[in-house]
Amino acid sequence: MMDRLTIDAHGLHKRFGDLQVLKSVDLTIRSGEVVVIMGPSGSGKTTLLRCLNLLEQPDAGTVTVRGRTVDCSVRGSGRGQAGLVRDIRIRTAMVFQHYNLFPHMTVLQNVVEGPLSVRRLPRPYALEVGERLLERVGLIDKRDEYPAKLSGGQKQRVAIARALAMDPEVVLLDEPTSSLDPELRAEVLQVLKDLARRGMTMVIVTHEIAFAREVADRILFMDNGYILEEQAPQTFFSNPASTRVRSFLRLMSGTESQPEIEATG
Amino acid sequence: MDFLALQTPALLQGLAVTLLLGLVSFVLGSGLGTLIALARISTFLPLRLAAIAYVSVFRGTPLLIQIMLVYFGLPQLGVRIPPIPAAILTFTLYSAAYLSENFRGGILAVDKGQWEAANSMGMTYQRILARIIFPQAIRTALPAIGNRFIALMKDTSLASVITVVELTRVAESAGSSSFRYIEAFVIAAIGYWLINTALSLGQAALERRMGRAYA
Ligand SMILES: Nc1ncnc2c1ncn2[C@@H]1O[C@H](COP(=O)(O)OP(=O)(O)OP(=O)(O)O)[C@@H](O)[C@H]1O
Ligand SMILES: [Mg+2]
Repeated sequence: MMDRLTIDAHGLHKRFGDLQVLKSVDLTIRSGEVVVIMGPSGSGKTTLLRCLNLLEQPDAGTVTVRGRTVDCSVRGSGRGQAGLVRDIRIRTAMVFQHYNLFPHMTVLQNVVEGPLSVRRLPRPYALEVGERLLERVGLIDKRDEYPAKLSGGQKQRVAIARALAMDPEVVLLDEPTSSLDPELRAEVLQVLKDLARRGMTMVIVTHEIAFAREVADRILFMDNGYILEEQAPQTFFSNPASTRVRSFLRLMSGTESQPEIEATG
Repeated sequence: MDFLALQTPALLQGLAVTLLLGLVSFVLGSGLGTLIALARISTFLPLRLAAIAYVSVFRGTPLLIQIMLVYFGLPQLGVRIPPIPAAILTFTLYSAAYLSENFRGGILAVDKGQWEAANSMGMTYQRILARIIFPQAIRTALPAIGNRFIALMKDTSLASVITVVELTRVAESAGSSSFRYIEAFVIAAIGYWLINTALSLGQAALERRMGRAYA
């Protein structure tokens, strides 16, 4: 079961104008894995996540999700290609740094929009699924509130429930806690730890070192459009192969005052 | 006060025609305006250019000339349209040009994260528009749309020049037959004012309602 491939991305290239942001990135994710992506600002982490969901179309490469492959060098928006892209988007749920909740909908409506609009579940069943997920993220008592009434941590938990409501193969999270005050981060991280424990496949861009150490099966380090290093968390934090990772971690531990790097290093 | 007693039925009928012209043209103009707004923000250049040209023509020329072209001009090309449909057609085309700009502004004001969230879950373009973008765009554009509606209600008085018996034309003929012009036009003005006050109140209620989620 653990060896079943969920995502298989091959030779991803992405350019914005003259800037080559992804330079032939390969990435394989097995079902149930939690992969954390770290790396300096501008290294292409967000772009990589968005390419896996095809929110951004790579210039070249292939993305395979559960046996469905999109060849990104095919430009046309032919019927077949568009259907494949949609298929992959449905199976890969995104959680954004700024939540992007739908402000005109209540919490529960946010969560069931995908099940109703995309998965076409019968309404009573979708509502049931939505309520169960809100319970799981601890927000069932907020089901009829509008997002404007929620704290950042609560918004992000709703966004996570909304992603899970798509019953995705994998959840892609782009710095889910970095726009939150430190005291609100814990509640979101706790939800993510719980998901990891339940075997949810996740790719998480984050700078939360303690969290990454705890939940990650693998850590990818991106630098300048490449995956520079790929390690188990123990090795990554205590004995990284490249000096680039070492100096990055030193910088991170400086800004976040994370003593544990020194302790295990 | 025998003037009032004598003219009330005609004035009420005129009021009804005015309402009909305004409401129908607004609804149709909103539909057409939405399509033009979508064309205007499309990635397909010819569509965008067509939308720009449309808005430019209908905003840049007098409504009175547009009405007369449709009613008096088209028969020259063998197209004969009765007065009320001709008026509705012209008002629709005209208000669609303005409304499309209001809608476009509303659509562009929606945070692009909303598109991304909806796209990332695989929603179709039509679905994203209907469920995510339009509800937010309309809220932003509502004040401008309300102003448009009110302006349109007043503009319908131009239909009198193509023989449509709406409020202004009724007042005109009531005035000229009785020489009580002041009474006739003041009553007509009150009629427009009542309609537009009702519209303003409706707009305010709608704004409150749509703002609830954001309070
Ligand atoms: N839509 C875009 N248009 C132009 N340039 C872009 C676009 N998106 C990203 N870039 C550029 O691509 C590079 C990589 O961006 P990306 O957001 O993937 O980096 P990141 O690793 O997520 O950085 P951060 O840690 O700051 O979030 C950056 O230089 C960025 O400015
Ligand atoms: Mg980023």
